[in-house]
Amino acid sequence: MTDRLRMDRVSRFINTLNQARELGLTVSDASEEHLVLCLPYSEKIIGNPDTRVIHGGAITTLMDTTSGSVMICALPEFELCPTLDLRVDYMRPAEPDKPVYARAEVYRMTRHIIFTRCEAYQEEGETVAQCVGTFMRIGKESTPKAYRDLITGGAE
Amino acid sequence: MTSPEILRHTQATGDFTRMLESVPYARFIGLHCDRFGDDLIFRLPPKDQNLGNPILPAIHGGVIGGFMEVSAAIYLMMSQDTFRMPKIVDFSLDYLRAGLDRETFAECHLTRQGNRVANVMITAWQKSRSKPIATARAHFLLED
Repeated sequence: MTDRLRMDRVSRFINTLNQARELGLTVSDASEEHLVLCLPYSEKIIGNPDTRVIHGGAITTLMDTTSGSVMICALPEFELCPTLDLRVDYMRPAEPDKPVYARAEVYRMTRHIIFTRCEAYQEEGETVAQCVGTFMRIGKESTPKAYRDLITGGAE
Repeated sequence: MTSPEILRHTQATGDFTRMLESVPYARFIGLHCDRFGDDLIFRLPPKDQNLGNPILPAIHGGVIGGFMEVSAAIYLMMSQDTFRMPKIVDFSLDYLRAGLDRETFAECHLTRQGNRVANVMITAWQKSRSKPIATARAHFLLED
């Protein structure tokens, strides 16, 4: 599978998630080992109007989506993996008016569980938040074939 | 936002409309809050834009997290008598059941409050409180 194909699959997947579309999440980079998604700045997700800093909830959604999609890059076939848990550490507030990126990787994959880690950062490279997550493998058959084909692009 | 007047109004009337209106992210996900005596129940009505998994369909896990996070911050503001959004340090979230496309509730509990840090437990449920969809724990930094 090429990185282009990985990016296409993840783009199609996050486009089926209403909340990801609502936040304007896009795919920045993908390889077998990692995935980078981008959350653009917007006024509607501000948590503190005095500082205009976006709310941690939007960062949690960015990191949950990135960690929950990184296995699409690692697995040959698409399977939906529900989140078991997330642990997010907020290192510093995200600077307003700038996008936040999240870079996730799978650091251990077993038959039933996928362990991920993810870092959220801004262009200057300073870490905004860190997240570790575990995801459950419920098997590709748990997801309807039509939906799997939509993500993998059918014949591809 | 930094208006102590809104906090006083909320405390006096138990009407959270103005307070929640002042936090864009709370508006974005559609958060509501009701007071019953001293207890606060946070409520997230069903909303298409909050969905993740389109097959079930289910609320995006991140929205459930954000809902619990913003609820904990508001809960802490009310118990602290301060109108500054407390700074979240970390957030640990366990997903127990799929959050289906229906009304979701959350309640918070202040486990421990020290001089600088507060520990808050949050539980979220849908049809029955005895079947939580998620539990979370958050640490907040209290500013002087």
